[in-house]
Amino acid sequence: MKLGKWSAGILLGFALAGLALAQGGKLEIFSWWTTGGEAAGLFKLFELYKQKHPGVEIINAAVAGGAGSNAKAVLKTRMLGGDPPDSFQVHMGHELIDTWVTTGFMEPLDQLYKEYGWEKVFPKGVLALLKWNGHYWSVPANIHRANVLWYNKAIFEKYGLKPPKTFDEFFAIAEKLKKDGIIPLALGDNGIWASTHLFETVLIGTLGPEGYKGLWTGQTDWRGPGVKKALETFARMLDYVNPDHAARSWDQANDLIIQGKAAMYIHGDWVNADYLAKKFSGYGWAPAPGNYGVYDALSDTFGLPKKAPHRQEAIWWLELVGSKEGQEAFNPLKGSICARTDCDPKLFNPYLQWAMQQWKTDTIVPSLAHGAAAKESWLAAINDTMSLFVTNKNVAQAQNMLAQACVDAGVCTR
Amino acid sequence: MRRYRRVAFLLLAPSLVLVALFVYGFILWTGWLSLTNQNDLFVPHVRFVGLANYLRLFHHPRFLIDLKNTLTFSLIFIPGSLVLGLVGALLLNTGVRGEGFFRTVFLMPMALSFIVTGVAWRWLMNPSSGLNLLFSALGLGFLKSGWYTDPAVGIKAVALAAVWQLSGYTMALYLAGLRAIPPVFYEAAEVDGASPWQAFRYITLPLLTPVTLSAVIVLGHISLKIFDLVIAIAGISGGPAFSSDVPALFMFVTTFQANRFAQGAAISIVLLVLVSFLVIPYLYWSLRREVAE
Repeated sequence: MKLGKWSAGILLGFALAGLALAQGGKLEIFSWWTTGGEAAGLFKLFELYKQKHPGVEIINAAVAGGAGSNAKAVLKTRMLGGDPPDSFQVHMGHELIDTWVTTGFMEPLDQLYKEYGWEKVFPKGVLALLKWNGHYWSVPANIHRANVLWYNKAIFEKYGLKPPKTFDEFFAIAEKLKKDGIIPLALGDNGIWASTHLFETVLIGTLGPEGYKGLWTGQTDWRGPGVKKALETFARMLDYVNPDHAARSWDQANDLIIQGKAAMYIHGDWVNADYLAKKFSGYGWAPAPGNYGVYDALSDTFGLPKKAPHRQEAIWWLELVGSKEGQEAFNPLKGSICARTDCDPKLFNPYLQWAMQQWKTDTIVPSLAHGAAAKESWLAAINDTMSLFVTNKNVAQAQNMLAQACVDAGVCTR
Repeated sequence: MRRYRRVAFLLLAPSLVLVALFVYGFILWTGWLSLTNQNDLFVPHVRFVGLANYLRLFHHPRFLIDLKNTLTFSLIFIPGSLVLGLVGALLLNTGVRGEGFFRTVFLMPMALSFIVTGVAWRWLMNPSSGLNLLFSALGLGFLKSGWYTDPAVGIKAVALAAVWQLSGYTMALYLAGLRAIPPVFYEAAEVDGASPWQAFRYITLPLLTPVTLSAVIVLGHISLKIFDLVIAIAGISGGPAFSSDVPALFMFVTTFQANRFAQGAAISIVLLVLVSFLVIPYLYWSLRREVAE
């Protein structure tokens, strides 16, 4: 009898707990934002969400690891196992479309786009990357720029230099600095994506925005002279990087600029947030060589998986992510600009204000290293090519591997 | 007697079913997967493609480098751990004071996970810190190296860390083996006028053979399956030009980053075959010995 009482009590307890949860609702958000400004931005969004929808319990399912390398593996296991989060962070473009949309895991979001007039506030270049088969599949939270040249102001002033606009100017500056024992270009590719990232800016600078975009549709020939020239230029650039680049991460490479040991760094604009976090102000910026007038963009977006356990709560989340209020709260902390074009520039720091200006006028191209331009298997094959090329600088072998990767991706025929 | 057998079977049944399903069942499933075209998250028509994934693998520059790296790793790691372990065991076996203390100190690395060892050695072998600073301070500048960041060193640096971690383990094995040798053998050898070297060569070494064999099997399968140490030291890209890359890492990237499941399954089957080359002769040998006894 005693046992009966106990179990009845336990059952009652469970029932009460279940009732409380059912009333409050839940929202599980999956991302790889775990440190610094990105985590701060995420928490700010959670805070706004709680104000609007008190009583919803938010579960922060974040998995640490740069560029989401660990998080994506965890997400795959959950999605394929039929246990998706309510909404998850995914890079705009092919990473989202080819991994989750064409495979039928996502719900279209046309209703939200219509209701909030998002077709008018997001730029055309972004809408094109979000759309597949005539539908929208995710909501962009931010825009990062990949093709920025960061430089140490003190070094540039000492040698009377201006940021190089072309590759020729870049090599002239690099030669001058190298003779004086300064590392001309910083690189930290212990994650090989950083080399792919640098290479993509060289591809843009060599082929131009249209030629670069053509690489991902089969219109630009991977076996052609343009790609060969880009590989040669990239190989030449590698002569000017810090010798220990394979031991450094992207932020440790940035430390070389902060310490005044290296002069230039071609990387994404999360570097700006790194400077701010490390209280360094002696830096300047410009588009990467050959990249003037081109905005190499990547975006973190959120989508709605078909089997989301808390669908309504997830839709509220997407509304917040796409709203002006949400973007203005999130982006100054994350160190990115709004995907919307109507955010108030006064809320942002000088670099971001510059980027917002350029965002309105530049040609937008999708970033390769950050999942926008090509699907994951294609990107993995290009990363493999870069791993070999950075060391052996064998242009013919690399071009062959790149062309084969395009064939394997089903985009090229030769 | 029969009743006992039935009870025994009933008690064993759950684990037999689980092992059959989750170990052997999934090995078979992986084998089948490696013969299909399931090279994306979602393939509308899964079909049999024969050995296509394997053929592609043996033409893939990364996989060929991986196989070579595995060989290099084994050639440093296995003999290195054996020799260091044997020397340590012999020294401890002389009846040195504080044996228990030294034994614990040398065994301790084995208690750490490969990830912890890997992170510590990544710092130690960072070209601008750790060992290199120590070498300069000691006037041993010629020993400085780019370690895992130098494509010419790569996996050899990882193998050093692995030797550090597991030589304590072989030491413990050898120590147990040495203690099991009856002292009368040495007394008899002394009476016959054998030198200490002869005693070592003709008594100690032959009687340690079973221990060496077990150690080679354990170390050998570790070196074929090594993954966590590499990813912690050299990162997920396997170092510059894949100089530290190993098949298990390639399998992880192929399966979970590139979504090429069939290709990843093919890599794991190749690994399974390699490990079985090592384990099957050992099982055969130890079973035969059991029967003989």
